[in-house]
Parts: sequence; C-alpha cells; structure tokens
Amino acid sequence: MTPDRPAWRHRLAERGIDRQLLLLLPALLAVLLLFIYPFGYGLGLSFQPDHGGVLGAYRDFFTDAYQRDTIGTTLRLSLPAALLNVMASVPIAYRMRGRFRGKRTLTIVLVVPITLGTVLTAEGLLNFLGPTGWFNRTLMAAGLTDTPLRLTNNYWGVFLSLVITGFPFAFLLILSYLSGIDPTLERAAATLGAGWWPRFHRITLPLLAPGLATTFCLTFVLAFSVFPSAVLVGDPAGATRVISIAAYHAAYETYDYPLASAIAVVMGAVELAVVAAVLGLRSLFYTGSTGGKG
Amino acid sequence: MTAISVARPRTRRRLAASPGAWLVWGAVTFFFVMLAGVIGSVVVSSFGSHWFDTWLPQGWTTQWYRQAWQEFTLFDVLVVTVEVSLLVVGISVLVGVPASYVLARRSFPGRRLLYLLFLLPILMPPITYGIPLATVLYKYGFAGNMSGVVMANLVPSVPFVILTMTPFIEQVDPAIERAARMCGARTWQVFLRILAPLLIPGILAASILVLVRTVGMFELTFLTAGPDSQTLVVALYYTMSAAGIRAQQSIDAMAVVYTSMMLILLVVALRFVNPTQLVARVKEEPE
Amino acid sequence: MTAFRQLRLDGVTRRFGDRAALSGLSLTIDRGEFIALLGPSGCGKSTALNCLAGLLPLSAGGIWQDDQRLDTLPPERRGFGMVFQSYALFPHLSVRRNVAFGLQMRRLPRADVRRRTDEAIRLVRLEEHATKLPAQLSGGQQQRVAIARAVVLEPSLVLMDEPLSNLDAKLRLEMRTEIRRLHQSLGLTTVYVTHDQEEALSMADRLVVLREGRVQQVGTPEELHTRPANRHVADFMGYRNLLPLRVTGTHGGLVAVEGPGLTLRGTPAVPLSAGDRVVAAIRPEDLRPGDDGVPVTVEVVEYQGREVAVEARTDQGVPVHVRAVDRPAPGDKITVRADPARVLVFPEEAS
Repeated sequence: MTPDRPAWRHRLAERGIDRQLLLLLPALLAVLLLFIYPFGYGLGLSFQPDHGGVLGAYRDFFTDAYQRDTIGTTLRLSLPAALLNVMASVPIAYRMRGRFRGKRTLTIVLVVPITLGTVLTAEGLLNFLGPTGWFNRTLMAAGLTDTPLRLTNNYWGVFLSLVITGFPFAFLLILSYLSGIDPTLERAAATLGAGWWPRFHRITLPLLAPGLATTFCLTFVLAFSVFPSAVLVGDPAGATRVISIAAYHAAYETYDYPLASAIAVVMGAVELAVVAAVLGLRSLFYTGSTGGKG
Repeated sequence: MTAISVARPRTRRRLAASPGAWLVWGAVTFFFVMLAGVIGSVVVSSFGSHWFDTWLPQGWTTQWYRQAWQEFTLFDVLVVTVEVSLLVVGISVLVGVPASYVLARRSFPGRRLLYLLFLLPILMPPITYGIPLATVLYKYGFAGNMSGVVMANLVPSVPFVILTMTPFIEQVDPAIERAARMCGARTWQVFLRILAPLLIPGILAASILVLVRTVGMFELTFLTAGPDSQTLVVALYYTMSAAGIRAQQSIDAMAVVYTSMMLILLVVALRFVNPTQLVARVKEEPE
Repeated sequence: MTAFRQLRLDGVTRRFGDRAALSGLSLTIDRGEFIALLGPSGCGKSTALNCLAGLLPLSAGGIWQDDQRLDTLPPERRGFGMVFQSYALFPHLSVRRNVAFGLQMRRLPRADVRRRTDEAIRLVRLEEHATKLPAQLSGGQQQRVAIARAVVLEPSLVLMDEPLSNLDAKLRLEMRTEIRRLHQSLGLTTVYVTHDQEEALSMADRLVVLREGRVQQVGTPEELHTRPANRHVADFMGYRNLLPLRVTGTHGGLVAVEGPGLTLRGTPAVPLSAGDRVVAAIRPEDLRPGDDGVPVTVEVVEYQGREVAVEARTDQGVPVHVRAVDRPAPGDKITVRADPARVLVFPEEAS
C-alpha cells in the first residue's frame, strides 16, 4: 500500500531531518577540516615528541621555568586588563545608556581602536609613550617628573595596548547589554522608593550579571591571545614573554612542532579553564539572585 | 518619546553636578587623549623629515610614503590584502549564510552541539589553533601561499557570518516562506526570490564585518603567509620587528596607509551596521 | 481550476515527539464546501491545516484528491492557496507583485499574469493601492492582498488560518461577509481555521470541532448549535452553565437530575439511568427568571443591550449564568428555570 520510501522519509522529517539540513554541510566541513582536524592533529603531535615518551613535550614545558612561567605572565597581563576593561565600562556605560547628543559619534570613535588592531596600536604607543614621546614631554613640561617614565618595552606598554584595544570592545558590549534591560524596571523600582544605588545594585546589576560574565570572557580571550603587542611594545624575552610567544618560538624558531602543539594545547586549556570558571561563577550568582525572589 | 524628553534635562543636570559623573567623563577624556596621541604621533611622524627630542618634527615631507611604496612593495601588499579579504568574504558568506539559515530556522537532533562547534573558533585564541592549522596546511602544501591564508582566515569568519546572520534570519517571518511555497515556489525559488532580497542588509553587514576582521587579522595570516602572500598588517609587523633596518618614519607611513584603509572600511561599514555590531552580536546562548 | 469532486482525509495524524497534536482526522470535503475547523488553541486545528497544505509531514494517514494521493507531494505541487494569520505578505514586493508571484512561479505568459493579477486586485477592491508596499497598507487591506494572492491561482482548495484574528471587531465583521461572498462567487472550496465559534457558525457550511487533537463532532452549524455531541462541544458552543449532577429518574424522553440545592429536568444525549453522574449543559439565554424554579442569589449584573447577563449562586454556592430582561440588583433572591428541551444532559466522562 504505502510506498516504503516516502514513509521512511516522513519518519525522518518528523524528527526534523530532511534534505534542507544539507545546507549545513559546507560550513560543517569548513569547521571540521580547518578547525577540528588541525586541532586534533596538533593534539596528536603534542603526544609524539622526539624524546621523553608520550608526555615528553608537556614535561619539557612544565619543568622548564622559562617556559612554564609564560602561563603566569600571560594571566598577569590578561586578567587585570580584562578586569579593568569591564570594571571601567560598567559605570561609563551606565551613565551613557540613555539618549544624548553625540552618542553615535562617541561610539564610532570608540570603534576606531578595535579596527586599528594591535600592530598599529603598538606602533602608536611606541611613538606616543616613548621616552621622547608627547606623553613624557607633557609630564616633564608640567613638572610632574624629571626623568621620562618608562612605559614601553615593558609590562606597562603591553598592558596599555590591551586596554586601548580591549576597553572599547568591553564598553560597546556592556552598553548594548544595558540598553537591552527594560528601563521601566528601574522606574518601577523608583516608584517603590528605591534610590539610585539600590536601583542599580538590586535591579540592574543582577540583570546585567550574565552580560558582564560574557563580556569578561570575550575581553579575556582577546587579551589572553596577545601576541604582536607583547613582541613590539613589550619585553618579549622577559616581563612580557607570553605563552603565544613561547608557542611561536617553538614552532618557527626551534621547529619543535610537538612542543609548539603542546603549548597551544596548554594555552587553550588554561583559557577554557578561566572561561569555565567565570561562567560557573555566573551561574552561581544567577541562581542565587533569582532564588531569593522565588 | 515624551517620557524620554521629559527625563532628559534632569539627566543632563545630574551629569554636570555629581563627582561620579566627573570621574566618568574624566576617564573617557583620558582615554580619548591617549587614543589621539597614539594615532596622532604616528601620522605626524610619517610626515616628518626629522624628529628627535622635540615636540614636532623639524620639517615636513612625503618622502617616507614614496619610500614605503617603493621599498616595501606596498602596492603588491595592498593587492594581496584586497584579494585575500574579498575571497574570505565571498566564501564565508556563501558557506555561512545557508548554515545560519538552517540553524536559525530548524530544530533537529544535535542542533545545540553544532552551535557550540561553530562558536568554538571564535572563543579560542587564534594562536592555539593557528599553529596546528599552519602545520597541517604546510603538510598539504597550502601554506605559504594565498590559498592557505584564505583557508586560515575562514576559520573564524564562517562562524562569524553564522552568528551575525542569525538575528537577521530570525527577523523574517517564517510564514512568508510558507506563503511562497503555497504560491508554488520551489525551494531554490524561495531562496532566490524571497529570502535573498530580504536578507541583503544582513549579508551586507556580515560581509563588511568579516572584511574589517580579515584586514585586521594578524595571527592567522602571520602563521600561514609566505613572502608573497602577506597582508598589510603582517608586512607591517615584519618591518616593525626588523626595526633598525628601515627608518622609523617609513614604518609610520606604512602604518598610516593601514590606518586609513581601516578607517575607510570603518566609515563604509558604519553606513550599514550599528557600531556595537562591529564588536560582536549581542546574543546569549541559543534557545 | 483543477476540477475535483472530493478531497478525502483518511486518519490524518501528526505527532510531535510523543505527543499527538492531531490523531486520526478523517473527513471528506465536497467541492464548493466551506469547512471550518474549530477549537481552542492547541486543539490541533492549525496542525490539521498545515498537514493539509503540506507544510507539515504527516505521521500517519493519507490525503486524497479523488484518486490522487496528495500527502506525499510538497506544498508547491498540491495546487492549494493559503491565507496566513500574519498575512505573510512579501514585504519587499508591491501589492501587484505579491499577487502576481504565484502566477509567475507557474511561468504563465506575461499577458495572462497581468490580466489575472488585475482581476484579483479588482476583486478585493485594491485598485488604487496596487503599487504600494505591504507596509503602507492598513491591516484590513493587507488581509485583502493575502486573499487575492491565494485566490488568483484559482486553487482547488483555499486554506485560511485564523485570517481575521488580527483585525479589530468592526473590520472582522465586514471581512467575514467579504470572505463568504468571494467563496460563493468564485465557487471556491475553503477550509477555514478559527477559535471563534460565532465566526465559524456564521460562515461555514460544516464545522469540525477539535479538542486535544481529536475530532469531537462534525456537522452543520444548526446541528452543533442545538445538539452538541458532548459536554466539550457544548462548552465551546456557548453552553456556559455546565452543572455536575446525578440522575434521579427517567420520564419518557426526559431525565430528572438533581444536585446540591437544585433539581432540573432535561434531555439526555445518550440513554441514561438513575444514579448516573452527569453534566447538565444550559445556555445562559435558556436559563431565565421564573416561578417555581431553582432559588438563586444575584451576584453580578452586566448590561448587554436588550438583556442583562446575571451571574448568580444557588444556596449551595454553585454559580449559574442567567439572562434576564428586568435588571435585578446584586443580593436579590430570584428563582430561575429552563425548558427541559433546552437542558442537555451528558454523561460525566472519566477525567
């Protein structure tokens, strides 16, 4: 009676599977071939070093203080930078979430450093903050200091470059999260007698918390992968020898691909651990605040 | 509307009065002064004939641009940059838009997992997958030329197109597609006659965003490019890290060319998209 | 127009996961009929329409047009027209190009497309809006474009999914007449989905009442209005008083039923015997103040033009809905009675 083919196709279609899903195929192939496969290949490579057995590359990395410390160096740069970017963005975005003249111009100007990218920012920082740059000249002319402040080729140069590229990113994200919160909620709280601080801290902040966590994660990812500015405005052999430099050196200067892959894997693991921790904290915070309301 | 215009004067008064507001505006101003200093010093330096230990250069010249043009084969680099970017934009739109359509419209087993898979390349630092990817590309002979650079740049671009397009697709009422089918349109006709025209703004936005990101993408291009397939940002990095060989001002001139290119792109982009979109689509996890 | 005699739905079933949104819908639609699928939201009426259109695959059953099996065809090959609740007009195309779209999909000659498009636009009286975009039209005008777009193809069947629910009350009444007029003048066969019983009763030749995916009753408006098949259909057809009672005796064709503080006589829907638990269904307009009836206390009085709607309570606290001509005051004690022919007694169902 019923032909077999349509019935079988129906059963799949009922579960949401039909030929239209083939549209996913190119994108899936791209991600599998260009992301998952190389990642797996790198993972495999990291367990096949020339010496030292399966975990040799990892042992090399973790026993060599010069390599191992890159994790700390990277976190010491990226965590404070991401935190500062998010922390500074919240009050500024909170002030600016309403409409005012020039808001669009302001956001456009803020986008500029993101599009400049780290390389140009590095070049600019070298010129501007260098010992004879305008910044130190101004300080000395104002009599605030006698000798130029050393702000480039060390920790501070890289930190500042992370702030310049990261802050607008965090700000714009938080601004759009804030504008997504219904302003009548705060007005409702005001009619119930809440001043601006309780309004912010009891109403807006809990609603913003998931957005803050996401913003922090994205800003952190950006800062964690710092590479060009750590080389150009930092001190790539010392204070700002971040983990991406270690990976790059292993791959392109000593040609030790297993070690480079191992470092890349460690880098990914550390990053995901931080992201997971932040998101975990967020879920704790979130259930906590809604649980109170019932 | 009225509520806003009533509230406005009060907000402004508060901005002027409270010390917190001063702090906020102070911080913003400080940030902008830094930014202007960073960009300004590069621009001034690129036009200065000789600048050492003074407020401004001793004279003005355009010779550094000539030099950059001749010595760094700036023209070739620009051509490569444009070619790579356009290829990446074209391919990632062709690949990403259909996938984004299915992800936005359909529910099927494993949809969430797939979404996560597409999100991962954006979440991971480019170096972590860039190094193994470059190794694989070298193994198969793709790296060191343009195909490798394009492939590497597709990794974050395709997911980015998917994420950018999703809200645009969700805006189109699914009943419109059903209506087209009821009018007798085949699947490809629905896509071509109904969806494509409705999605043009989204596709433009996604293309421009991918273009900006690809021109600015350093790590992946750096890891996969050969001498003839460097984009501007990578060429800039090489000349900077080999400092001493080139005159500082010549590097600055190159940086200014890069900056102006990015700024032109930015101005074009902002005609089509909201500034916040350049950062990321604000969207919580799917569902 | 494809001339067909009958469209037959044979046990049409659609499951979502484990839940059956529609189970075993069997129905034969004759050419020229106006069928309304009626039921509360979630009853499966839209699912039925989408299955018929081909927008949802069936889980079981079949759809036949005379001898041709339809349910394996994709929607664009079934030759049906559809009007959507949200209108679903193509926002980037003018009214004219919206209407012409389907004709162009069939690759008709340009002159034919033009002539039939003009005709359809004239039919819905939108001549002077033909070059506008949908966003420039009012809700009623958009609705008319949607109808023109569906009927221009001279479909063998027109499907309408709550087409009037987004319009205001006055426009809804006008469009009701308009749709019925088009149905008759074009000789269409129409399946119309609605949750509004008044709309369904006034427009349809036959109604199909659905509840939880199952057909409750199929019949003409008169049949459904006067002889609902069960308490759910009665509930849906405006029998607002549904009183849980118990049968005390049978008298000829009538039964006597009794509950806390009230005794009634009514017409049984199925044979009943003393002691059965039942539900007595009475329309408010059939429960009127009168002598020697059930004593109740007035609680709320609503003005409704010629009459007033009264909500009252029996001495035992059972709420009843009554219509009255004189306006009682809250707190008044009155007695109400009903014609036994208008009191329908249904057996109480498990669950």
